[in-house]
Amino acid sequence: MAHLETSAKKVWQQRMTFKRWMGWFSWLFILSFFMLCWQAMTQNTLWVFVLDAPTQAADLIDRMFPPRWSYITALLKPLWDTLNIATLGTLFGIILAFPIAFLAAHNTTPSRFFVRPIALFIIVASRSINSLIWALLLVAIFGPGLFAGIIAIALRSVGFVAKLLYEAIEEVDKTPIKALTSTGASAVQVMDYAIIPQILPTFIGVSLFRWDINIRESTILGLVGAGGIGLELQASLSVLAWPQVILIVLLIFITVILSEAFSAKIRNAII
Amino acid sequence: MLSLQQLSKQYKNSELALDNVSFDVPSGQVIGLIGPSGAGKSTLIRCINRLIEPTHGAIYLDDVELTQLSTSKLRKQRRRIGMIFQEYALVERLSVMENVLSGTLGYVSFWQSFFRKFPEPLLQKAFGYLERVGLLEHANKRADQLSGGQKQRVGIARALAQEPSLLLIDEPTASLDPKTSRQIMRLIKEICKERNLPAIINIHDVVLAQTYVDRIIGLKAGKIVFDGSPSALNASVLTTIYGKEEWNTTPACEEEVSIAPVPNFQTKLELAI
Repeated sequence: MAHLETSAKKVWQQRMTFKRWMGWFSWLFILSFFMLCWQAMTQNTLWVFVLDAPTQAADLIDRMFPPRWSYITALLKPLWDTLNIATLGTLFGIILAFPIAFLAAHNTTPSRFFVRPIALFIIVASRSINSLIWALLLVAIFGPGLFAGIIAIALRSVGFVAKLLYEAIEEVDKTPIKALTSTGASAVQVMDYAIIPQILPTFIGVSLFRWDINIRESTILGLVGAGGIGLELQASLSVLAWPQVILIVLLIFITVILSEAFSAKIRNAII
Repeated sequence: MLSLQQLSKQYKNSELALDNVSFDVPSGQVIGLIGPSGAGKSTLIRCINRLIEPTHGAIYLDDVELTQLSTSKLRKQRRRIGMIFQEYALVERLSVMENVLSGTLGYVSFWQSFFRKFPEPLLQKAFGYLERVGLLEHANKRADQLSGGQKQRVGIARALAQEPSLLLIDEPTASLDPKTSRQIMRLIKEICKERNLPAIINIHDVVLAQTYVDRIIGLKAGKIVFDGSPSALNASVLTTIYGKEEWNTTPACEEEVSIAPVPNFQTKLELAI
């Protein structure tokens, strides 16, 4: 203790000097990068159009109102189709995702060097391609219609659900697994009793969340011919029928709000 | 009857965790395994049911040699070895009854266990074990609704559901309060006597061990340094096992709560551990 009392007053620094310099340069880099991006973004902008924007927006809104309420009779069937695309797509998606997640999680995969990379590849491939692009490809394969939309939604959902689920599988509490292994249970029985009960809440939560997202995504699939309310939107846009467009947008808005409320209710009830 | 013969365990890039450990456990005998943290207590009991693979040596449970068994034969033998854990190791989201029945998984097919269609005799036995540990009325509760002591009782019932020939018990009381600890230790002891079951209990609390076990084995750096009756455990033996410490000094106020056969070192001992 004597040493501390006689030596010079200690100075406390939050970071080492090198780290402080690194911090400074990081900020400099971020700022420079932002300015570069800003320049790239604006160099092809015609500012006359931008200045004109408020007038154009006001004009467009003026054309949209009042909405053409009578058009709603023609929308109910496509809306029902959209809900079906989202629901069936989610259902197929989670059915595929469940086994893939177990193949991808490093603590349940049958083979780390062969099966796991394949499962991870499926997940990445599914996630990296937007459902609109899946729909474009599938319309070319199956022809236009609901089926292409359902498969597009399913293929996009597989990666999302499987990724979140396999992360949950990797984070389960390992003591029950050891305990059940030590009772002489087989590997599948251990999975059934020790792992699945632990990930079930995540699985239900993620599936509902994906269903929610899929309702929104399936509303635009019609733009590329994959059925649903997007087809009507496409038709109305191409004939500049703005009162119909605003009605479709309102309808989508209400549907999404209802679906969010519904999935939140189910989530609370089950978990 | 369990027999360990020259059991050794070498982890990669470290010292021997178990060094030539040999001892026999006759039927019905409850052994307390004591020793400082890192002495190899957990490794030892996990080597017996091969949650950890031993490097050398042999383990005989009755007449079966455990260390050389293939995976499927090992599963059959693991059914005979019940294990109880410090953190209970229950599946929290399953019911108490499902947790107890999970001890019988080795005896039923996958589909029986998947659809929870357990054979009637197993169900009746499971109810019997729940009654034995005093939790029959909690059978349909979810395991996460129970208190620590109750969870440990479910852990004991699960081990019994295996119809074991041996119990391995890893620090059963480390997460429990003193009163519950004593109740759990008493229950384990009674059950072992009723069924003539041999048991090995890893335990940090020397006083608790002395009160409830038949024999104590002291482990230090992977070697057995003491093997004898609880009453033979004195300050010099404790120094051999745990290292130098003032085992015999006790603050005056502690004396009236002393409950153990050798009462005078418990406070310091707890500090040392």
